[in-house]
Amino acid sequence: MTPLKSPSNPPSETHPIEVRDVTLSYGQRIVQDKLTFTVQKGATFVIMGGSGCGKSTLLRHLIGLHKPAAGTILRDGHDLWHCDMKTQHQIRQASGTMFQSGGLWSSMTLAENVAFPLEEYTNLHPREIRELCQVKLALVGLAGFENFYPAELSGGMQKRAGIARAMALDPKILFLDEPSAGLDPISARRLDELIIELRESLHTTIIVVTHELQSIFTIATDAIFLDSATHTMTAQGHPRQILQDTTDQNLIDFLTRGTGKTDRQKAICPESIQLQSALSSSAPSSC
Amino acid sequence: MIIDATRPGETILMPEGDWLKQMQIPRIGDLALPHDTKALVLDGARIRNWDTMLLAFITRLEQYAESNAISFELINIPPGAKRLLDLTKSTSNKLEPPERKPDSFLATLGNKTLQAAKSFASVNRFVGELVMTLLKFQVGLARTRWSDIWRQIALAGHMALPLISMIGFLIGLILAFIGSIPLKMFGAEIFVASLVGIGILRLMGPVMVGVVMAGRTGAAYAAELGSMNANDEIEAYRAMGLSPMETLVLPRFLALCFVLPPLCIYADLLGLAGGMAVGIFYSGLNRTEFLRQLSSTTTLNDLFVGVFSGFVFGVLIAICGCYQGIRCKKNSTAVGQAATSAVVASLICMVIATTIITILCVILKI
Repeated sequence: MTPLKSPSNPPSETHPIEVRDVTLSYGQRIVQDKLTFTVQKGATFVIMGGSGCGKSTLLRHLIGLHKPAAGTILRDGHDLWHCDMKTQHQIRQASGTMFQSGGLWSSMTLAENVAFPLEEYTNLHPREIRELCQVKLALVGLAGFENFYPAELSGGMQKRAGIARAMALDPKILFLDEPSAGLDPISARRLDELIIELRESLHTTIIVVTHELQSIFTIATDAIFLDSATHTMTAQGHPRQILQDTTDQNLIDFLTRGTGKTDRQKAICPESIQLQSALSSSAPSSC
Repeated sequence: MIIDATRPGETILMPEGDWLKQMQIPRIGDLALPHDTKALVLDGARIRNWDTMLLAFITRLEQYAESNAISFELINIPPGAKRLLDLTKSTSNKLEPPERKPDSFLATLGNKTLQAAKSFASVNRFVGELVMTLLKFQVGLARTRWSDIWRQIALAGHMALPLISMIGFLIGLILAFIGSIPLKMFGAEIFVASLVGIGILRLMGPVMVGVVMAGRTGAAYAAELGSMNANDEIEAYRAMGLSPMETLVLPRFLALCFVLPPLCIYADLLGLAGGMAVGIFYSGLNRTEFLRQLSSTTTLNDLFVGVFSGFVFGVLIAICGCYQGIRCKKNSTAVGQAATSAVVASLICMVIATTIITILCVILKI
């Protein structure tokens, strides 16, 4: 087999994402301050927090769409804003993004949407690209929708197609902005299943922005909580662990839907645990 | 890839090493499978690294086996790949696409005809609603804010002045140049003033203002209302019991009707100035001569016909822009199409209107 295009290897012992003392701001208004955390390889890292706390802003900074006001964001050991164009290009290529509303190109069919990055960044034969598009769309449950335009799909289907396009190049990092927001519970659960499956099968590092509690407890292996009151992150860890350990009332309220500490167990033991354990072993777990 | 065809009727494929997108995946034809293959087995024990390209290859093999009535079996496939393959076939995850049949010629023709009839009816309905809203506005029943109307007048009016100034002046200049060359041959340069006067006042002034406004304001109306439609902003008005005709369309319509006539007069003045500049500096006329000739050959009727044309163009541009915006579908391509359609429809309507006005003027000897 002949190697075609291959991205340069990142320096070893690096994390997919390292955030060091980062400040996010819009002009003079500071959205989040003193953010420091690391995303481990193969993790499903959830950025959680209430509406307007800066979750999506942080995600856009991690993707490299915005430059942080202060601090450093390292992607595979490289600072996107202080590295050469080639490295920058390779790093961007190694990640896929699903935007909140799918972000699909409305003038293209779903197959064309998924094929576009493959055509741009690989030397694959059109037939292979077509087959890959079919596989990707089948993975998100959209087999047979290849020739549909985004406008012909529902919101949930557009999100699925958005994930298929984000996965087009089998990226090492997948950024998902509110994947289950606005979906019915069954579609949201299927999307959670898909996220878990992608992590476990392809070992993709997945960064998810969400405030859906069910999803957070189901998919997250690591998480941070952004507090809109203090404008900084107040916790990092597995959501269940955070809930066990924290004394921060804002965080407890967020993770228990404002019902307080007494309901912790209820919050952390919904069917999310069953889903996770059903996927990892087939034995059902009880709360 | 190792191909083991030692057993009669059975071929075992053993892919080796990395199966990634950076590699070239073999085609079925290149595998040279024995013709008597009745069973195909893919043994994945030697696969090292893989991505979805492996899934595409397995899917390709499956389809080949199915179409050639060959049994297909997967063994020792990496567990992750197996799970993803199962996911692609999972019925609980799969959504069924609606059936789509290509239409026959007659069906297509019928659909197109019905579509054209529907479009015509929908334009009529839109104009009818607009007329009703205008009547409501006249008796003070429409929920149209004056602040909206003033804002639209400002956007369509004085903000268009720089563009109108440049185009008006240059059109007068061009018209005078074109006329002065043949007129000079007959020693009749003085008639440049008549040519510019009648040409600008009756036709070129209003038409150029119309073209500029169709491209600048008509397209903006279509794009703005189309984007609002895509974001459900128009539905939000309806949900509150407010008519988008009163809140969105009428201010834009009134603004263009109000703004076009003065803009025409302004463009006329600049066009005449452009013509006079050529008359004085190129044809050697003096200012008094030019103005005397202009006043003796042009009448106020010429100005009125031009201003009336401008008003009609304002009505047409507003209707085309707002109609295309309101009926726009909810995606970004449709917004672009709406803007294009608004400009094209405005220009066509303007040409037709100019023809009708010209014929009427000839008949009525205006």
